[in-house]
Parts: sequence; structure tokens; C-alpha cells
Amino acid sequence: MTTPQTATAERSFWIGFTILAALILLVLPLMLDVFRLNLVGRYLTYAFVAVGLVLCWGYGGILSLGQGVFFGLGGYCLAMFLKLESSTPEATAIQSTPGIPDFMDWNQITALPWFWEPFKSLPVALIAIVVVPAVFAYVIGVAMFKRRVGGVYFAIITQAIAAIMTILIIGQQGYTGGINGITDLRTLLGWDIRTDSAKTILYFVNALLLLATLVLARWILTSRLGRILVAMRGKEDRVRFSGYSVANFKIFVFCVAAAMSGIGGAMFTLQFGFMSPSFVGIVPSIEMVIFAAVGGRLSILGAVYGALIVNWAKSIFSEAFPELWLLAMGGLFIAVVMAFPNGLAGLYSVYVAPMLPRIRAWAMSTRGLPARDTDGQISKPGVTHAR
Amino acid sequence: MHASKDKDFALAIEGLTVSFDGFKAVDDLSLYVDDNEIRVIIGPNGAGKTTVLDLICGRTKADAGSIVFKGKDLTKMKENQIVQAGVGRFFQNPSVYEDLTVYENLELSYPRGRSVFGSLFFRPDAALVERVTAVAETIFLADHLQDIAGELSHGQKQWLEIGMLLVQDPALMMLDEPVAGMSVSERRQTAELLHQIIQDRSVIVVEHDMSFVADIAHRVTVMHQGSVLSEGSMQHVQSDARVKEVYLGH
Repeated sequence: MTTPQTATAERSFWIGFTILAALILLVLPLMLDVFRLNLVGRYLTYAFVAVGLVLCWGYGGILSLGQGVFFGLGGYCLAMFLKLESSTPEATAIQSTPGIPDFMDWNQITALPWFWEPFKSLPVALIAIVVVPAVFAYVIGVAMFKRRVGGVYFAIITQAIAAIMTILIIGQQGYTGGINGITDLRTLLGWDIRTDSAKTILYFVNALLLLATLVLARWILTSRLGRILVAMRGKEDRVRFSGYSVANFKIFVFCVAAAMSGIGGAMFTLQFGFMSPSFVGIVPSIEMVIFAAVGGRLSILGAVYGALIVNWAKSIFSEAFPELWLLAMGGLFIAVVMAFPNGLAGLYSVYVAPMLPRIRAWAMSTRGLPARDTDGQISKPGVTHAR
Repeated sequence: MHASKDKDFALAIEGLTVSFDGFKAVDDLSLYVDDNEIRVIIGPNGAGKTTVLDLICGRTKADAGSIVFKGKDLTKMKENQIVQAGVGRFFQNPSVYEDLTVYENLELSYPRGRSVFGSLFFRPDAALVERVTAVAETIFLADHLQDIAGELSHGQKQWLEIGMLLVQDPALMMLDEPVAGMSVSERRQTAELLHQIIQDRSVIVVEHDMSFVADIAHRVTVMHQGSVLSEGSMQHVQSDARVKEVYLGH
């Protein structure tokens, strides 16, 4: 049913979406040099994770402190393909086993491991970027949500998974590249990804994929499933007695968030030419939650701004006071949770949005036009429709 | 009280037992409810009334016994499957979706698009809008469809919950103290509402308000210490000496 509120919410989302699209597709590319733009591209890869967190944490009420795992899985899937492409027998002729990635050779591995084989194919790698994180999330989700593990316990378990994953990757050096990760990635189907023009093109690919992800997230949230998520967050039991399988909905939204993170990870690999366990562990996973919290955990657009602003602040702050950054980050998180739990988007909908009709009326009157009533009702602050 | 297997009961509970930490909350209970019957369960606090409802709707798992509803054993099913089989539950404390509007609360109770992908691709049709509008009319909330449910009064939330059950249209409806905590006028309005919604389905009501019970019950089951103490018409149980002793006497 189309109502004044939903129509207003719909319109304000698309206005916000257009502004964001203009910012990342026009304003930033025109303002910044390739180096800085590349950095923004990096922040935007985290935005994929933050948007996923809005879905699963903000709406689904599932706080995952292990999203870095899915970011890493997506990133590694693509990195494996790129590494194999640059490890041709000719390029690796000096190795004792030519044709396998250099780090395998250093670790006395003499044949390509079976699970690397499928990643010789780009289509397989591209599918794996989404499917591998989603399947892993599905396994975790079934194990946890079918047993009704939730809340803090789920958060702790995902954090443990992030720690285990890091240890696994670092420990299995011969298969994963260890602590250095998979590095020295050069070409994608023969196209050099290290040049400035490639970096610019990849920035735009990344930005467009992010916008597509936002449209998908918006579509999910405005479907009946989105309303079920909101209902579940408050009254999980009641949703069961409305005839829904709560576990299945949680699994779904967790898988979607994982798949989005995977895409972000893959775009990171492409833009920076490597993937390493430093994006998988506990600290990066918590940072990703902070991006979503600062932006506003009920706003998919806010999440993108959260990722941009926090990372921008991080790069400025950590240049000046490298040791203090972690403390500042922790302080920021506490401040957000205590003072403005709905983040920047919440501040916007409480303080800025109510003023917009007045500003519009004022603008009308100064132009000598009669101030007309605005059609939409002002959405109530802090409620579900702050997107 | 004995089960005649040739008769089709809407709900047949046999030998139902559950204990919590050794305490038998429900002890070898058998209960049969006919189609379109309104059954009221009364009894002192701790008799196991609410536990029986919890067992039927799958919130609590039985230790022994069976609950057969339309040929399906509910003890082997999950909560959402039980709802899908046609069992609806009204909770003691109004539990509506506070962050959603009245309209959205009712819409989510509509018995379609309940799977993950079903709900993702679900688009409300004319039948749904009609049903929700009609129910909103019945529960006196037609003017509040776009209000956030969390901002309704206690009584209105209770009505909304009844409305959600109505949209769900269960074949077996369970009401747990539906008029508890209401003012006299709300109570009267709710009683009228309940009269309307309990038509054409089997209903199990747990209630203490004896005038309300006398008003709606076809048959009354008196529970005491987890089992059935007495069963029959209101008059029958009221004249039962044992019932007087444990419950109605004081």
C-alpha cells in the first residue's frame, strides 16, 4: 500500500542515493588525484561490508564481529585467480617447480593444491567471490541460528572465527601465502591493473558495484522480508508465532551480508594488487562494525558515509598520531553507541530532515513564491524508516 | 473422558506430560476439543494452564504424550509449522511489532509469503489490502493504520494483537487471559470483539474472570496440579465439590 510516509521515505532515499552517486562518481574523481582516488576506492570496498552490516546487524539484529572473514574470502578468491595468471611457467622459470605461485615454491610445495585448481578459470573465481563467503556464512548460520544462538554469544563466536581464520591463513603458508598474503598481482586477463588508468577504471567499477549493492539492499529492505527483519529484531518469538522460521531469515540475511563483503574484498584485491590476513582478523572486523555504527546502522546510505568518513579520519589521524588511532577508534565507537545510537543518519533524520520543509518554504518565500504546504509528513525520528 | 477413535476432534491431546526440573507442570493430561467449540480452561495459579497452551503452540516441548490437530502431531513440529497448520496464539502480554505501523503489523500476519524467498518476492494484492482494512475496522483501529504500533495504548495494542490473529485466520485459536489488565470499558469492548472473532473456529481460552467465562464457554475444563480435575458445562463444574475446594470456593 502506498502511503504518504512510504512515498516520502521512497523519495528521500532516491534523493540521497543520487547525491551519493554524484559524490562518488563525479565530485571525488574530479577533485582527487589518482593516488587519493585509489584511497577512496579502498574505503568504498569497506562500504560493501558496512552495507551488509546494516542489513544483518541494523535490521536483522545479528551483530557479527567477523565480517572481515567474508571480506577476506572474497578477496582471496580473486587473488588466487590473479596469482595463477601471473605464475605462468615462463614467468616462474627460475623456481624449482615452475608454474605454481612463488610462495608455494618457497614452501617446498611441488604441485598446485587441488583447491587452487578451479581458480584457473575467471568465471569460477567470479562466482566464488560471492558463493564462497555466502556458503561459509550459511554453514555458520545453520549451526548457530537453528540452535537459537544469538546476541552476544553469536558476536563472540564470529569473533573467534575471525581469529581462527587468521591463524589458519598464517599457519598454512604454503597454501595461502601466510602473513604476507597473496601479493604481486599484476594482470587481469592480460590487462595491467597497476597503471593509473586501470586504477581509475577500477575505481569506477567499484563505485558502480557499490551503487548496485545499495539498490539490492534497498530492494530487500522494502520487501516484506525487510519488515520481517524489523519485526524479528524486537519480537523474535512473536515472529515465530506469526508462522515464520526465524532461523531461516537470519541465515538469509547473514549470507547476503557475507556475499556483499566478499564483493568488497574482491574489489580491494583488484585495486591494490594483494590480499592478506590483515583484513580478516578481529581488529579489521570490528572496524567494519564501527563504520556501520558511525554511519547509522539503520541506513544503508549512512553506512557508505560511515566507511568514507571514518577511514578518511583514520588516514589523517594516524599520520599525525599513529599510536593513538586505535584508542581514538574505540572512543569513537563508545561515543556513537552511547550518544547517537543511530549514527550520522540518525542525527540527520532528527536534526536536519525536520528542517528541510522549513528551508524549502523559506526559499520559496524569498523568491516571492507563495509558501505552500509540504505534502509529506515529517518522519518520526529514530524509527524504522530512517534509511 | 475417553477417546473414541472414530470421532474426529479438532484437537486431541492424550497423555501429555512435561516437567521442569522434576516438577510435573502437566501430568498425563488428556483433552479433546471439537470443531467450532469454545473451551475455557480455568484453575488456580500454577495449575499448568498456560503451559498447556505453550505445549500446543510448540513453545515448550512435551516429555510424553501427543497433541493431534487435524491429523498432525504438533509435538513433532516447530513453532512456525504449527502456526502454518492453523494454530494461532494470543499472548498474555500484548506483543505487537512496536517499530512497525499498525498496517504493517496486520500485513505481516497475512498467511502467505512466509518463506524467505516467498517474502522477498511477496507483493501485497487486493485481497490482502481488503482483509487488512476489514480487520482494522473490526478492531477499532481503522484510523490508526499508519501509526507506529509502539505508540498505541495498552488496550489498543491488545486489539491489534487480536487483529493480527484475525488476519492469520487460524482454525484453532488460543487466548491467554485476553481481558486481563483492562479497564471496565475496554473489557466490555474486548468481550464484544472476542465474541465476533471466535466464530467459525475452535477456541481455547485461559481466563480467571468467571463472568466472562460463563458468557462464552461451551465447555469448561478445570485444571489442578497439571491434570484435569473436572470437565463439562459451566453449571457442572461449578457444582463439583472438588472444584469448589481447590478453586472456586474462595
